[in-house]
Amino acid sequence: MQGARTCDVLVIGGGLAGERAAIEAATAGLGVVLLSLVPPRRSHSCAAQGGMQAALGNCTKALGDTPTLHFVDTVKGSDWGADQEVARIFADEAPVAVRELAHWGVPWTRVRPGRQTYFVKGERVEIDEPEDKAGLIMHRDFGGTAKWRACYAAAGTGHAVLYAVDGEVVRLGVEVLDRMEALALIHEGGRCWGAVVRCLRTGTLGALLAKATVLATGGHGRIYGAHTTNATINEGTGASLALATGVVPLGNLEAVQFHPTGLVPSGILVTEGCRGDGGHLLNARGERFMVDLEPEKQELASRDVVSRHMMQQIKDGLGVESDFGSHLWLDLRHLGEAHLATKLREVKDICRDFLGIDPAREPIPVRPTQHYSMGGVRVNKDGQAYGMEGLFAVGEAACWDMHGFNRLGGNSLAETVVAGRVVGRRVVDHVRAKSLDVSASLATAFAVDVEKRIAAWTGRPAGGPSIYAIRDAMADTMLERVGVFRTGDELEQAVDTLRGLEADLARASLRHTGSGSNPELTLALRLEGMLRLSRITAEGALARTESRGAHARLDHPDRDDDRWLCRTLARWPEGAADPSYATEPVGLIDLPPGDRGYGRATTREMSQSIDAHNAAVPEGFARAGALATAEPIGARMAWGAWREVDPDRPVPDRIE
Amino acid sequence: MSTKPSQEEGRTLRFEIFRYDPTRPEVEPHLDAFELVEQPYMTLYLALNRIREEHDPSLQFDFACRSAVCGSCGMMINGRPGLACSTLTANLPDVIRLHPLPAFELVGDLSVDTGKWFREMAERTESWIHERAPFDPEAIEERMDDDLAQAIYEGERCIECGCCVAGCGVANVNPRFVGPAGLNRIARFALDPRDARSDTDWFEVLASDDGVFGCLGLMACDDVCPKDLPLREQYAYLRRRTMGAARAPLLQVEGVANAQG
Repeated sequence: MQGARTCDVLVIGGGLAGERAAIEAATAGLGVVLLSLVPPRRSHSCAAQGGMQAALGNCTKALGDTPTLHFVDTVKGSDWGADQEVARIFADEAPVAVRELAHWGVPWTRVRPGRQTYFVKGERVEIDEPEDKAGLIMHRDFGGTAKWRACYAAAGTGHAVLYAVDGEVVRLGVEVLDRMEALALIHEGGRCWGAVVRCLRTGTLGALLAKATVLATGGHGRIYGAHTTNATINEGTGASLALATGVVPLGNLEAVQFHPTGLVPSGILVTEGCRGDGGHLLNARGERFMVDLEPEKQELASRDVVSRHMMQQIKDGLGVESDFGSHLWLDLRHLGEAHLATKLREVKDICRDFLGIDPAREPIPVRPTQHYSMGGVRVNKDGQAYGMEGLFAVGEAACWDMHGFNRLGGNSLAETVVAGRVVGRRVVDHVRAKSLDVSASLATAFAVDVEKRIAAWTGRPAGGPSIYAIRDAMADTMLERVGVFRTGDELEQAVDTLRGLEADLARASLRHTGSGSNPELTLALRLEGMLRLSRITAEGALARTESRGAHARLDHPDRDDDRWLCRTLARWPEGAADPSYATEPVGLIDLPPGDRGYGRATTREMSQSIDAHNAAVPEGFARAGALATAEPIGARMAWGAWREVDPDRPVPDRIE
Repeated sequence: MSTKPSQEEGRTLRFEIFRYDPTRPEVEPHLDAFELVEQPYMTLYLALNRIREEHDPSLQFDFACRSAVCGSCGMMINGRPGLACSTLTANLPDVIRLHPLPAFELVGDLSVDTGKWFREMAERTESWIHERAPFDPEAIEERMDDDLAQAIYEGERCIECGCCVAGCGVANVNPRFVGPAGLNRIARFALDPRDARSDTDWFEVLASDDGVFGCLGLMACDDVCPKDLPLREQYAYLRRRTMGAARAPLLQVEGVANAQG
């Protein structure tokens, strides 16, 4: 190992969440080191096409929008799996975060006053935009929302936002170590002091000691191999690091979002903006099946609902057969060439580059594809990891948990910057209160462990199973058995297969044992964690005998608020062959559990009163390992505000 | 229509790939050859991963998004800079020769350090909004004409893949040249009324052989840009701007003619 370095804050992950948190810390004058697998502008945040939800209420279809409406949509979208206080913090701060991004130079699309042409539910409509809102930030329609709320920068929102935020990172002189990965968190007695890192250019190991460590590594869609919209780098490195401490739990890994429109066969995302702008989903007969199935929201029901209807069409034999399996069509032809060339240019380019088709002339082959990890490193509302002082997590890597069992389109991009701001402030508070109280020998001990792990790989005799074959088997198992629809039998088979793959990995060997940058070794080290994440996903899905949001059990089709209005927590104790599971309350409940207004699932209601549930939340969190928050649990709730926007919602008698 | 393979199956492709590991200078740079049977919709992303997984696990290359938005995978494809992930082998001949992008520091094989180059460029051109006043979290956003927002977005679309730099005759011989991507970046900020920098400030950065007057007008950058950025128009705008003559961006946009004041 090369020598250990020290800093105030170590941010692991250079996407939007990590960079926004780094900005908060650097602005406060702290010494920040930002670690990233790739140059930060290549992080997967750049791929977000569609938009960022914030209730500015600027265009005609957004007039009257408020953070409370955004809160209500988010909680409904989550199928009541979200922590409602976190959803509230998020909805309240999103407008400021979006305006701050405008200040930093994001070229948000703006309101054009006067008569404008849009597509709403597939119909061409003309809407007068208000003169007094001219030039303010425009919104587009996304799934699962009551108002047009998604702020966007043409067809490249994530890209434009990431570049603006990275510009601030450069301006502030934040030190960025790119092509660098963390392989272990340095911790002792429930305190985290940084990480052992490996340079991906040279293979050299080092240690970075920090008063606060922030995991911002994004999701872990690559446990689904190529069956994901995620980038190749979204391998759950942060979740794996946290899990390897044996102390920090992961929350709700069974909550996996499938995006309705992954391109066939590449899995590349085709943005929800296509449907927001009026794109149709068609089956093999050319029928718009969503119109009958979801008359109100049609193609713009939430992602879990649309994905299920699509998979059902395929199961019913209404998919289009191809060499790459059955798919459906996303039809944009009626939107016209001009619209596709401007508002959806990236989609047009993707179709040209990867399929050789023009969406103005041909429909696009799509099917539901793994897209987002609602679960992740479980943190309290300050972003502080359970059971580990000095460790924080933000963005998709975290289970903060505003998404519950289904995330709304445009809420993840918004979460990255909102959580970066909110958690960044808590990181600053933490660092100001702490001194770096860690011995060099602790860092060395963790580095020696990592060296042994690497030596075990490079020293293992040839002839064992290939890590690539293990990865592919994991991915196929996850897609086929832990996909859009789940059953107990299939999940049990998945768990068996995954256990077998863990055994295979223990005797797998590398074909390239060279030191230095060794891409095969890099994957081998990550695969250990990915197999663990896969097993926890499958076992969590097996245990959860209900259907909620994206978690759809064919053998348990009802949502069960009596038993499962809770969050799954998984820890992997050091040296154990299996993870251990617990649950905690979902969080405080303000908006009473009810019907989402789409999806038409039935619900088994809570037998406990909401008051009794809420009274038990702080203790439930603490028992699950949550550390104390800066403000008391519930301090940010706006109790009952939802009644102003949703007066017709039935309130159970027992609330009062 | 159906998603039938858009090409013949079964063509045998020969890949000739540049190999060099700077940490092992004793091994001379050379080309290694690999053969693969072509598959439907095969891109260089799929092909290179197959070569690594089936033939040579030490092969170095960079991909992240594999959907042509992150800019990781720029390389020389049969002598021309391009994004490997969005290059279908169907559009290439039977022999595919791959080199790393020139003008960047080599990490190894096909991997180059574009990240370092672009960070330095961002620092040099100060690629951030030089604010006119501090952010006010209580205030609504400043208004901006949507046409101007779209014009700024045009320049913002650069994904920093480095293809333009690799294709630039000047950048390959003068490392101080800010490069096509750097000029585009300056144009993007010079056009943005939120940025406080004046024509005089821009003159300092631009008006030299390392700036806009270093460009020889060969325009390979414009030919190879995977995002079809309007580089030609951006340079013209910058030249006029250095002369204090630009009253409007040359991305002719109605309604913004006076935005630059």
